[in-house]
Amino acid sequence: MPTKELDGVTVEVNDEGFFVKPEQWTEHMAELLAKEEGIDTLSPQHWTVLRFVRREYEEKGTGPTVRALGKTSGVSVKELYELFPKGPAKIAAKVAGIPKPRGCI
Amino acid sequence: MGDRIEKVSIIVSKGSLDGIYPGLIMANGARAEGMEANLFFTFFGLDAIHKKRHEHIKISTVGNPGLHVPTLVGGLPGMSALATHFMEKKMDSLDIPSIPEFLEMIHDTGAGMYACLASVDLFGFTKDDFIEQVDDIITVGEFYDLAAGGQIIFT
Repeated sequence: MPTKELDGVTVEVNDEGFFVKPEQWTEHMAELLAKEEGIDTLSPQHWTVLRFVRREYEEKGTGPTVRALGKTSGVSVKELYELFPKGPAKIAAKVAGIPKPRGCI
Repeated sequence: MGDRIEKVSIIVSKGSLDGIYPGLIMANGARAEGMEANLFFTFFGLDAIHKKRHEHIKISTVGNPGLHVPTLVGGLPGMSALATHFMEKKMDSLDIPSIPEFLEMIHDTGAGMYACLASVDLFGFTKDDFIEQVDDIITVGEFYDLAAGGQIIFT
C-alpha cells in the first residue's frame, strides 16, 4: 500500500492518491492536498463542499457523485465545476480524505 | 497512468431511449473524471436535443431482442409507451435524471453540445428547434476539428 507524507504524518493512500483511512485526515492536510490538485486556496465554498462530502461519507460509507452533490450540497453543478475543474466529486473526495466515490451518474 | 484519456467526443446517432442514454452517461462521466467532453447529435439522435421531442423519447419494442418481447406483441398499440413508462420509473428510483434534466446537467458540467448540419438540413430543423444548451450546428469537418487530440466514440 503506498503512503505519503502530509503535515509530518505518514498517511495510507491508494494508487490514485485517495485516502485509505479517512480518520487520518485533518483540515490542514486538505489545504496541502488542494494545492497538489491545482487549487491554491480553499474558499468558504470549497469548504462547504468538503465538509458535505465528509459528512456524507461518515453517514453512508461513500462520497456523493456530482449529481448528488448538485442536488443536495447547496452548490450547483456549474459552481461545482468552477470550484473543482478536474471533476468535483473525485477531487473533493481526494482533498477531503475519503475514498473515490463509485457511481455512473 | 500515462495513458489517461484527456478528451472524448461522443456521437449520438439514435433517437431511442436506449440509443441516447449511453452517450449522455459517457459524456457526463468523462466530465466527472476531469476530461474534456463534446456531444455531437446526428440523424435521429437529434431528437435528444429537440425541444418538443426530447421529453417523449421512447424505447423501441419492435426489433429489439433485448426486451424479450415477441415482435408481434411489441407491435401492439401502446407497448412502447408502456415499456418506456416502466423503464422511466425504474430509472427514477435509481436517481437517473430524465433526458431533458440530464442534458441541462451535462451542459452545466462544461461539456460541449453540437447538432450535425447535414442532419439538421435533412430534417428541415433550425437552431430554434433545439434546446438552448446546444452550442452550435456544425459540419462534420468542424466536428473533427473539435475532436482533435481526443477519442471519438460513436453510439
